[in-house]
Amino acid sequence: MSTAFLEISNGVAVPRDKIPHLDFDRFRREALDIVENGGKVVHFFAYQEGDVVKLSAVLRQDHLLTAGCDAPDTYPALSSQCEPFHMFERELAEQFGISPEGHPWLKMVRYHPNYMDRVDVFGNNYDDDIPGNYDYYSVEGPEIHEVAVGPVHAGVIEPGHFRFNCIGERVLNLEIQLGYQHRGIETLIPGAAAKRLPIIIESVAGDTTVGHSLCMAQAMEALSSTQPDQGAHTIRTIALELERLQNHVGDLGALSGDVAFLPPMNYCGRMRGDFLNMSLLLCGNRFSKGLIRPGGVRFTLDDEVRTTLAQRITEITPQVKHVIELLFSTSSVRSRFENCGSVSQEDAEHLGLVGPAGRACGMAYDVRRCFPTEGYGELDIPENAEDSGDVYARAKVRADEVLQSIDLIQSLLTAPVKTECPEPEERAMAPDAFVVTLNEAWRGEVAHCVLTDAAGNLLRYKIKDPSFHNWNGLSMSLRNTGISDFPLNNKSFNLSYCGFDL
Amino acid sequence: MLNTLRNRFEQGYRTTKYPKEKIELWKRYRGRPQIQDASPAGMARACAEACPQDAIDSEKRVIDMGRCVFCGECEDRSQGTFVAFTQDFEIAVSEKEHLITDGAIPDLAAHARQHFKKLFGRSLQLRQVSAAGCNACEADLNVLATPFFDLARFGINFVASPRHADGIVVTGPISRNMKTALLETYAAVPDPKVVIAVGSCTLTGGPFRGSPEITEGLDSLLPVDLFIPGCPPHPLTNLHALLTFFK
Repeated sequence: MSTAFLEISNGVAVPRDKIPHLDFDRFRREALDIVENGGKVVHFFAYQEGDVVKLSAVLRQDHLLTAGCDAPDTYPALSSQCEPFHMFERELAEQFGISPEGHPWLKMVRYHPNYMDRVDVFGNNYDDDIPGNYDYYSVEGPEIHEVAVGPVHAGVIEPGHFRFNCIGERVLNLEIQLGYQHRGIETLIPGAAAKRLPIIIESVAGDTTVGHSLCMAQAMEALSSTQPDQGAHTIRTIALELERLQNHVGDLGALSGDVAFLPPMNYCGRMRGDFLNMSLLLCGNRFSKGLIRPGGVRFTLDDEVRTTLAQRITEITPQVKHVIELLFSTSSVRSRFENCGSVSQEDAEHLGLVGPAGRACGMAYDVRRCFPTEGYGELDIPENAEDSGDVYARAKVRADEVLQSIDLIQSLLTAPVKTECPEPEERAMAPDAFVVTLNEAWRGEVAHCVLTDAAGNLLRYKIKDPSFHNWNGLSMSLRNTGISDFPLNNKSFNLSYCGFDL
Repeated sequence: MLNTLRNRFEQGYRTTKYPKEKIELWKRYRGRPQIQDASPAGMARACAEACPQDAIDSEKRVIDMGRCVFCGECEDRSQGTFVAFTQDFEIAVSEKEHLITDGAIPDLAAHARQHFKKLFGRSLQLRQVSAAGCNACEADLNVLATPFFDLARFGINFVASPRHADGIVVTGPISRNMKTALLETYAAVPDPKVVIAVGSCTLTGGPFRGSPEITEGLDSLLPVDLFIPGCPPHPLTNLHALLTFFK
């Protein structure tokens, strides 16, 4: 299929004048054509250059494709034809006041005024600081009742508002309103001192510190033509797999707790802590903060750390395997996991689900295999696709990935790893350049897109957490599911509020 | 059944004996920063310049643990000759100015509010409010419920409703969108009540300082009783703070 979009590579900077700048109608037609033929949206965002607002899209098929155009003030929504653009168009409307006409469900994403001082597309008054002030989708009928939950929830978790429309116990529709965690990260970054960038990125989503930090470091390296050494790639790969282990093991335990099977809940809680302590062993912080910087890593994997880490992994592996066996062989667990919160592959494709949530619906996409970075080119990443799309499938994909991550880390620890930690310095970035970086964090595809201006300064820093795709998957899983199964489904996705809210 | 028992046996007993027995953290862990007296002024300035959080005052030779995210850039820059991070995790304070330190931190037990000990020493129920952080502080508060720390054995619990709570534990830089919800949660806790601020974001805005969407310091909104620095604070830092301040 021929397209006007330019083929680009993950983590390779391109001069912006090489990127096709189309007229809007052609941009729209070509983008729809790619996505309607099985392509997916990685990024679709706007940026301001001088007085002009421009649009940029990064799509993926077997490779990454990009093109741009001048942004119209209003335009016929792409979502009305092609659902995967839905969230992106709402974000565009909120950030830049560009109105997509005919959008099936035009509502705010994070509840903040647009960057351009334009008339608010949603008619909101932002002096009132409650994102939940909004007419929720509601089902009408004599037996219908609504349940409102949040923003402050019952546990030690992040804030968000959930509005259920139910008939009896059965959920007809769940609407999720986020934005409570909005910190203004994308507007903060271009004006902040360069030394702050790694620290800000590490706090986009603390449980995905490595995933976001890798995207940032790879983008900065591509723009400054810096090449980390092989040892740094190995250490970063280990760190990303440790992050996957920490979260998957923790969530398997929490899933067990949500079906009232307490032994794995407690064991996994403790083992998750052991995996967090392995990150502390590597870099002094349980969430790998401080480890990854443009140019490499700040901590070496000397033989003392390497052998200690290998020993700890060897010691914990049988325990992890046995607890997973216990969880999946317990009939009361299976009966709650199976056929609960099913999302069909067709719906998952329309919503553009990524990561384990997508793989649980039969979509095998994994950045580690499809667009490998760091050490993944030399590693064998299995496909991990399940087809039932239910809580069981999401738990099973995660359990399989736990065992695979352990194998991957063990294989990387067999030989000494040498790396030179880079001196912190401000590296000059290529002027008028564009780069997109993708990594498979534990929730799925994290993608950062960075544009520089004529002086080589940051013009736009666009962040996308996998949760941006997957929150609607959670809503979909609750259709026709008992409301009492919400915690179980929620935990099976375990999406990021702060990664979404930015 | 046999499988369940086998797993139980394999898992063993894991609960820490802290605080009765001291715990040594791994040497790469960055706890209380210690300013070195002998270091030349030029090195102090270089560290202050390198600090991504602008947490170092090179003239007064102090570091603001409220701003610090304990990344260790200053220690790298000075090879430990100006700032060295110790493995001491017992770094919570009861007054905001105590966060600004040359390495000496006032004894928390001596500054604890005695009436809190009397009221909450045997039972402390806390409502956590997550207000726009990165979820790392929340995660390392959550682990206090796991078998290693087992917070409940000290009579301290996180509860679901502010109406059941003796105080709130706040994480995150309090976004514009969370401010009302936070203040309403605080108002819903019956008096007398405690406010605990956890993590660099809550103390000073942390990595997000300068953003118009956030609040630079919970103490500008509510009277804070206990300040726990870190990004995020180690679970043992949280545990030490709670036990020392209330028990």
